[in-house]
Amino acid sequence: MAQKKFVVGCFDDEKVLFPAVKQVRTAGYKIQDVYTPFPVHGLDHALGMRETSLHTAGFIYGITGTTTAISAISWIFTKDWPLNIGGKPHFALPAWIPIIFELTVLFAAVGMVMTFMWLCQMAPGVKKHHFHKRATDDLFVMVIECNEKTNAEDLKALLASNGAVETDIQVAEDGWWFGTYDTENDNLYKQVAH
Amino acid sequence: MHLKYESQLREPLVYGNKTYAQVTEDIVRPIEAKPSRLWYIGFFIAVTLLMFGAYSVYREVTYGIGQWNLNKTIGWGWDITNFVWWVGIGHAGTLISAVLLLFRQGWRTGVNRAAEAMTIFAVMCAGQFPIFHMGRVWMAFFVMPYPNSRGPLWVNFNSPLLWDVFAISTYFTVSLLFWYSGLLPDFATVRDRAFTKLRKKLYGIASFGWTGSTKHWQRHESLSLVLAGLSTPLVLSVHTIVSFDFATSVIPGWHTTIFPPYFVAGAIFSGFAMVQTLLLIVRKVFGLTDYITIGHIDLMNKVIVLTGSIVGIAYLTELFMGWYSQNKYEGYTFWYSRAYLFSPYGWSYWGMMACNVISPQIFWSKKMRRNVFVTFFMSIIVNIGMWFERFVIIVTSLYRDYLPSSWSVYYSPSIWEIGFYAGTFGLFFTCFFLFAKYFPVIAVAEIKYVLKRSGESYKPEFDAIEAQPLDSFVHDHAHAH
Repeated sequence: MAQKKFVVGCFDDEKVLFPAVKQVRTAGYKIQDVYTPFPVHGLDHALGMRETSLHTAGFIYGITGTTTAISAISWIFTKDWPLNIGGKPHFALPAWIPIIFELTVLFAAVGMVMTFMWLCQMAPGVKKHHFHKRATDDLFVMVIECNEKTNAEDLKALLASNGAVETDIQVAEDGWWFGTYDTENDNLYKQVAH
Repeated sequence: MHLKYESQLREPLVYGNKTYAQVTEDIVRPIEAKPSRLWYIGFFIAVTLLMFGAYSVYREVTYGIGQWNLNKTIGWGWDITNFVWWVGIGHAGTLISAVLLLFRQGWRTGVNRAAEAMTIFAVMCAGQFPIFHMGRVWMAFFVMPYPNSRGPLWVNFNSPLLWDVFAISTYFTVSLLFWYSGLLPDFATVRDRAFTKLRKKLYGIASFGWTGSTKHWQRHESLSLVLAGLSTPLVLSVHTIVSFDFATSVIPGWHTTIFPPYFVAGAIFSGFAMVQTLLLIVRKVFGLTDYITIGHIDLMNKVIVLTGSIVGIAYLTELFMGWYSQNKYEGYTFWYSRAYLFSPYGWSYWGMMACNVISPQIFWSKKMRRNVFVTFFMSIIVNIGMWFERFVIIVTSLYRDYLPSSWSVYYSPSIWEIGFYAGTFGLFFTCFFLFAKYFPVIAVAEIKYVLKRSGESYKPEFDAIEAQPLDSFVHDHAHAH
């Protein structure tokens, strides 16, 4: 996996972070990511990220559960072993609603969590590069990937002038797990015509 | 950007002069410190109870259901009472984390983590009872529909008992996923400030490599919201389905359409009571009174008085219907077996009424709602009352039904039946003690999220906004996005 150079700027207040994000983007740099200790609402939009479609996946898993339940139970009770229960109809849809509902929820929840973990490339024991230890405590850590044209010192100065309390240059591997980091990034951001 | 303003009229959710770092420090410190002596004593008692429970279950598995004092008339006794009781308790956590999330109730952040943990442990305890009530527990996997060599002989999908299997296992799975996905960022927080190698490694594994990336947070938010949306009908469905176990039968006292809402309200009632019991201890022992505030206790007591009164209305409705239906079996069950104080089990009905309906009315008083001792005492009373409720429903309906020749009043639990129940307390508290020691008992990231809006030391910043005339307020904020 390739090693890449990153410029890291740490902010200690989200009120300072938002204008800084705007400044850095206006200056033409592409922000790789901002690591925050809690979900900062609006930051994804400020970074120009697309909405996630995770909920759509959840919906698809849900209806998969519904159809699985309906088809399995109706096959079992009408074709495979039509059990006579007090002379009641074999195809007893109202009595199946609880199980159909439960399987819908189960499939949707399990499927979404698995998808979430896949998309975020998370699993027990996975280790990723941490740009700053306090990113999970009280710092908002902005990371900008350097390309051949980037002057890292200029960028550091820009970050500092926009309120970064710490700036730093780090080298990290760009592929974290299955190496989708680079290709994934193109999909995460809205395509903006310049 | 969202409007980051909250009225001064609302009580702060976080007291004290806190920074983000201070929040981390306050909540994570107990994990890093050595447990106190009290913790060891409590843990030891819990494990002892668990051992006794394990031995009771061993007796039951080895010698059969005869170890319990159930008989042909009272075929469901303590076991199913305890099952319904524990499942009911297991409703508050997901209600707090899911329903209150959808209703945008900021106060859930202080209590959701511990309440969800409690939910999961309570459902684990509940599951033991139907499983071991089967008798031949090694055949328990027969409840799962799978192609087998016995026909294949399938389970009965029209049976409420099978619905229960699906409802409770789904509820457990979804609650666990919801809880754990919320824990990931907090485990990462513990990992990143760990100063021992072992702790760094273990919390590193547990945090799944969480970094706090904006994209991950965005997906995490989406995941939480959808899981909350899924859990909301789920939490209502679970106790509804448990009530179907009774309501779809033809036993007088069980065969009523009021059961689903009545059971769900009762479940929330008992669940919140158990949350109070545990949190009042946790906030004191771990010094978290700034995060689990009197305001939180007050709000939960409001839920208790509301749901307790709904349950009370349900009791009265049942009594009314017992008379109004003019069905003599219904009438006998409600007006003799239950409501007549001097009938063999009349004491349990009036115990239930006193604990569930009459005593929670004390919480109409704000002073009482905000009194920690009254709350703690009442939380225990409510849980006793809710245990009585399940006992009343099950035993008073069974002991005298249609055929006087099969009447029986001779049911009192055997020591192994009691031991099994005590054992589930052991399981519950063993899990809870471990949770309290090794997990962040309050959602750290979520507290940070509400800190600058609802923290005591940040609220005065809104003075300027409050002093603003309405027009300029609208002008400043209406176009914010």
